[in-house]
Amino acid sequence: MNDYLVQASGLKKYFGPVHAVDDVSLQIKPGEIYGLVGSDGAGKTTTMRMLVGALLPTEGTISVCGFDLRHQVEQARSTMGYLSQRFSMYEDLTVLENIRFFAEIRGLSATEWLPRSMEILEFVGLDKFIDRRAGQLSGGMKQKLGLASALVTRPRLLLLDEPTTGVDPVTRQDFWQLVIKLVSARNGDGVSVIISTPYMDEASRCHRVGFMKAGKIITEGTPSNLRAQLAGRILELRGSPLHILRHVAHADPDVEDVAAFGDKLHIRVRADKAGLIMKRLPEEIKAAGGLLTELRAIPSTLEDVFIALSEDREFLPSPTL
Amino acid sequence: MFNSRISSIIRKEFVQLFRDPRTLALAVVIPIVQLFLLGYAATSDVRNISLAVWDQSKTPESRQLLDAFQAADYFTIDYSVNSSDEYQKLIESGDARVALVIPSDYDRRILEGDAQVLMVLDGSDASIGSTALSTARLVGQSYGTKILSQQAALNGRAAPRPPVEVRTQVWYNPDLNSAYFMIPGVIGMILSFITTILTATAIVRERERGTIEQLIVTPIRSWELVVGKLLPYVILAFVETFEIIIIGHFWFGVPVRGSLLLIILTSGLFLMSSLGIGLLASTIANTQQEAMLTVMMYNLPSIFLSGFFFPLQAMPKFLQWVAYAIPLRYYLVVIRSLMLKGVGIEAIQREVIALAIFGVVIMTAAALRFRKRLD
Repeated sequence: MNDYLVQASGLKKYFGPVHAVDDVSLQIKPGEIYGLVGSDGAGKTTTMRMLVGALLPTEGTISVCGFDLRHQVEQARSTMGYLSQRFSMYEDLTVLENIRFFAEIRGLSATEWLPRSMEILEFVGLDKFIDRRAGQLSGGMKQKLGLASALVTRPRLLLLDEPTTGVDPVTRQDFWQLVIKLVSARNGDGVSVIISTPYMDEASRCHRVGFMKAGKIITEGTPSNLRAQLAGRILELRGSPLHILRHVAHADPDVEDVAAFGDKLHIRVRADKAGLIMKRLPEEIKAAGGLLTELRAIPSTLEDVFIALSEDREFLPSPTL
Repeated sequence: MFNSRISSIIRKEFVQLFRDPRTLALAVVIPIVQLFLLGYAATSDVRNISLAVWDQSKTPESRQLLDAFQAADYFTIDYSVNSSDEYQKLIESGDARVALVIPSDYDRRILEGDAQVLMVLDGSDASIGSTALSTARLVGQSYGTKILSQQAALNGRAAPRPPVEVRTQVWYNPDLNSAYFMIPGVIGMILSFITTILTATAIVRERERGTIEQLIVTPIRSWELVVGKLLPYVILAFVETFEIIIIGHFWFGVPVRGSLLLIILTSGLFLMSSLGIGLLASTIANTQQEAMLTVMMYNLPSIFLSGFFFPLQAMPKFLQWVAYAIPLRYYLVVIRSLMLKGVGIEAIQREVIALAIFGVVIMTAAALRFRKRLD
């Protein structure tokens, strides 16, 4: 018996010559929040669409809750809730009409849908807006409506495709509170969530994160695991003038990346070279006529990892799961 | 009869229809507008052709001839002119279509039996020209006969009779009222145009607005989605059909001689083709605009090659062959026969079979192409 809710292996999706998804495998446990991150065009949305059966994989197999997506797609779908990247509720229907429509079409009976809809609308905080047309909701409310619609039949797997893109930080916070509540609400067999996001602060809230690039998941692990790969390799510099510091850092062969953060610089250095650079840089900066006031190692963030991975270098060891 | 998923779709479709004033207007008002436009304007009966007269004779005899022209209802004497330049200008500007020139010796020559008048016709509009030509000949002929019999009576002889007389009987539409012919055609046009456009756009709209992505991930089956999306437009199409039949009958006086049940059944058969084309277009098009253009590529040839405006018999053989591939062509025969001639099923069985074949083939092709997926 496998205890995975989702098992996908060898997924490929080709659109003509474009390999949108090229050999992706995923295993999601019950109650897990899995984050798919990657730049635009990395294949996140295509992967999500294959997982819900909206696209047929060119190759590979998917099973969700034990249902094979190629042969038992309707059964599999009845276990899933999906929030697409694009708002996909009917703008000319009201909040309640939308929820009712998707509840009924998913098989909720006439007596079931109303209490369930009200419960879920209250959960997402839209119970006061049931008669408002979906087209007149704010961006954040639209996403909550989408979430409510995806949740109305109590799915075991929730797929959220960039649900918070273009949504203000307060609403993003709200939205995440809802997701976390969902996962922790039912202990043991809680809802699993696959979420794609361009935001690293959101990725760090996931139990596991997969980095996608050019249709592949190039690395996967818990946020702390991933951060650990860059441990000790991010240095912070302060001093003046900033452009000399920057220039010198760039010129150093062991510095891989320089990024400005206000009045300081963050640099990423080659593995095992941090000690060397800590000694070398102050002298180089002094020689160039600059003044270094602070140089220290700082903890790496997921953003650092993301940027490192996005570059065309293969220097990160594959993490062990 | 329907499961709850289908009825949910149908209800949603109707709610959306009633909230979208433009589509609703398209569906309900357009048939009426077309009915009145085609009932009145697209009539091939040419009447009240504007006539300019240069009466050089100005005698009781010439006035009798003019009365004969005016009495025919086809001409109205709008201009009286005094030179050839004048009527030439009137015809050039299109103010007059026909000029009649009566020579100054008309009264004298008519007694001698060889009077001549000149008629100048504007042939640039062929239908007006040909009507004017044949009517003018007819008026001249009957007026001539009348004078002959008058003269015979004066001389105490019996009027000469023509050796052959053609007696005519016009069936079904004795007044040859073209509204009788047009209005059943409007039903066919509406069932073709509005239905293909509405079904294609209704499905493509889901894709254009992204709502298809949510529909796809529900357990609804493809055929349920298709039935639920199409059925509201079937109902709408029948509402429109009755709208046209009722207005056509009570306003334009078009008879409904055949069985209503047969009209409904054959219209349903024809609807299958239209719905199928709409569905097929929706599988090709990505935007509502593309969908509209796609169904237009079906509708335009349909209108011109179905015998809606132009009789098929008058077309070149090649186009007549093409017309066999057009479902509307068969439906027009059926609906005109049912409404005007009051025939039973046996008179139209060939057309009904053709409609059934088209309906099943197109619908099957569309249903096979329709995929509940994004790719």
